Amino acid sequence: MLYREAGQFKASYQEDQQIFPIRQDRVGMAVVLAFFFVAVPLFANQYWLQAILIPVLIFSLAAIGLNILTGYAGQLSLGSAAFMAVGAFGAYNFMLRIDGMPFLLGILLGGLCAALVGVAFGLPSLRIKGFYLAVATLAAQFFIVWALVKFPWFSNYSSSGVISAQRVEILGYAFTTPESKYLLTLAIVAVLALVAKNLVRSTTGRSWMAVRDMDVAAEVIGIRPMRAKLSAFAVSSFYCGVAGALYAYTYLGTVEPEGFSLDLSFRILFMIIIGGVGSILGSFLGAAFIVLLPIFLNVAMHSVFGSAMPAGLGSNLELIIFGGLIIFFLIVEPHGLARLWQLGKDKLRLWPFPH
Amino acid sequence: MKLKQTALIGATIAGLLATGYAAAQEQFIGLPSYRVGPFGSNGASLYGGWIDYMAMVNARDGGVNGVKLTWEECETEYNNARGVECYERLKNKGPTGNTVFQPLSTGITYSVLEKVAQDKIPMVTIGYGRTDAADGSVFPWVFPMITTYWSQASAIVNYIGEKVGGMENLKGKRIALLFHDSAYGKESHAIIDKLAEKHGFEVQKIAVANPGNEQQAQWLQIRQSKPDYVILWGWGVMNATALRTAARTGYSRDKIVGVWWSGSEEDTIPAGDAAKGYVAAGFNVAGVDYPVIKDIQTHVYAKNAGNLEDKSRVGSVLYNRGVVHGIITVEAIRKAQEKFGGGKPLTGEQVRWGFENLDLDSAKLEALGAAGFMPDLKITCADHEGGGKVKFQQWDGAKWTVVSDWVEADRPLVRGMIEESAAAYAKEKGITPRDCAAES
Repeated sequence: MLYREAGQFKASYQEDQQIFPIRQDRVGMAVVLAFFFVAVPLFANQYWLQAILIPVLIFSLAAIGLNILTGYAGQLSLGSAAFMAVGAFGAYNFMLRIDGMPFLLGILLGGLCAALVGVAFGLPSLRIKGFYLAVATLAAQFFIVWALVKFPWFSNYSSSGVISAQRVEILGYAFTTPESKYLLTLAIVAVLALVAKNLVRSTTGRSWMAVRDMDVAAEVIGIRPMRAKLSAFAVSSFYCGVAGALYAYTYLGTVEPEGFSLDLSFRILFMIIIGGVGSILGSFLGAAFIVLLPIFLNVAMHSVFGSAMPAGLGSNLELIIFGGLIIFFLIVEPHGLARLWQLGKDKLRLWPFPH
Repeated sequence: MKLKQTALIGATIAGLLATGYAAAQEQFIGLPSYRVGPFGSNGASLYGGWIDYMAMVNARDGGVNGVKLTWEECETEYNNARGVECYERLKNKGPTGNTVFQPLSTGITYSVLEKVAQDKIPMVTIGYGRTDAADGSVFPWVFPMITTYWSQASAIVNYIGEKVGGMENLKGKRIALLFHDSAYGKESHAIIDKLAEKHGFEVQKIAVANPGNEQQAQWLQIRQSKPDYVILWGWGVMNATALRTAARTGYSRDKIVGVWWSGSEEDTIPAGDAAKGYVAAGFNVAGVDYPVIKDIQTHVYAKNAGNLEDKSRVGSVLYNRGVVHGIITVEAIRKAQEKFGGGKPLTGEQVRWGFENLDLDSAKLEALGAAGFMPDLKITCADHEGGGKVKFQQWDGAKWTVVSDWVEADRPLVRGMIEESAAAYAKEKGITPRDCAAES
């Protein structure tokens, strides 16, 4: 009923090929955007903005990055956190060393640094596949973190290796309040998500998917695997790099190379597995799930049991429940949360007459 | 969002009622603890000691001048992002918000360094964190108390100097620095280089990659170069491995001097016999023979209200360190009550004044039952470290025994470096340092 699209005719190719061909989707998207751009900054408090929404947005961006590489181009990567680190340290150094470097340009250059590094570490993908490639990207993870610690130039000779991000200023306006930082992050993430959505529908995206599904067949129909794979690495690392720069500038304020550990790479991988491999929406859902669930469990534990339960037991129970839920979701819906939404939508389009 | 918010508020209120700090005369302390993850056992001991001390103050004295202490834990998993979430979650709880933030993680310290100044919540980092924050004129809200990494490195060199019969005998000696290859481990480099230059010893820096459970190559290097002393700057599993490998390569354990994060029962017991004779620094000592620990046993554990399930851990190095955290927190609140009026909860800003004017001299420590347990401490506007003294303890195979008096750092040298580094930070961030002469 709600999703009935009877009467929505497409009179041109353009209309047929738009991102949201159904009117309800377009309206829904506009409502969601309006909600997050207008209602949230008005009503959410500092805790929600600073501790919940900003990290979810940033990890969504990183998950989109990994989803482009793993979900669309089929190249398994365990180096996402390292590419985030390149973005963060890249942006930091550009803004530190070039006077008057605009913030957005600095973030962009940080992302481009990550893209370059990503292409370099993507080279092995031309020869090796699957789990073997995962091991090669694992090398990127360790090498990049090691290099950032080893060469003090990257952290401007800080004695502890920790960098503290400069003030965020665009055209003289200083982004210091949680609301402004949230809006800035949201704007960047929204624009990049839109670009990603369009990218995966374009020739580039189709060549990625062709390579993913069968690279020999893709080569036969005239797709150059080298170009497809390396462009996927570049775009993916760019997204991760921008996410890393935002992580440093709008979220934590200070970062150290060890913060971008293998652990974080795994978390980003879990985000796309839980959210849905090969889906932009899934990246958001997965990031929200992985970031919010442990916090929700911690809050719930405290309010349900209070001080009745030993704190150590509570903390361990949270991990057990978290792990259990991940397994549960993987069993009931191996294609991720995005797939659940897809199924629900397909049903709604037919409802109430399923036959 | 609105719905989620309401749900969260509802859950929080339920939590508030359950733990019962709806009443007014209560001072809330948020505890960003960690009890899981690679350092979970360290966190459990330390926060356990801290909670037990506060529980003891509540049970024995009925709180601080009638103001009950309340607290809530938030699990950080030693993860920066979770730490920031905990900071935001805890900061507005209780009648006057969070009193003090002590994350026990250098990474989390850096992540909230600027937030604490905005929110007016003091942050106390005892024996970790950002070293140059000891300059209170640039970092009014941060208190790296008792001793910083730089003071510790200097105190260790002074201790070694004592061992070799005077600082002049250090000339020509060779000291190996076996460090955890991370921000934490590298924190020692600048000061050690300065000291080597000053005293004329040779320093050999040997890195151990995280987590450090394989050190054959490093100890082979040590065996070849035969240093007179080895400074062990480790963390977690690296410490026990270092001691075991040292035993295997035949390096005398009593020539190894550990830092305070390398000198707890969690490090020596797993190493077994190999740890016997090993010396480590500490700004608190181990053991239960102190009135303050006895009080905790009679007022808390005797009533089965202790935080640790394993009572044998009471009196361990890290547990006692948690008690030190408790003493400093409670005394700062008491000091602040002297100025801002007792019998009511204070804000973080008021307690900050208490920290800044904290003066725990030996008479005061004696009264607290902590004489010899922790060094005396005097914080001022400019000096947020306030002491820089450590004691050295030796592991005899079953327990730590104190083998030195309080050893002081080379204060002028360390202070000079702190001021230089803080000034650079102030310049980078555009901070005008406070004029401490005008404030006192």
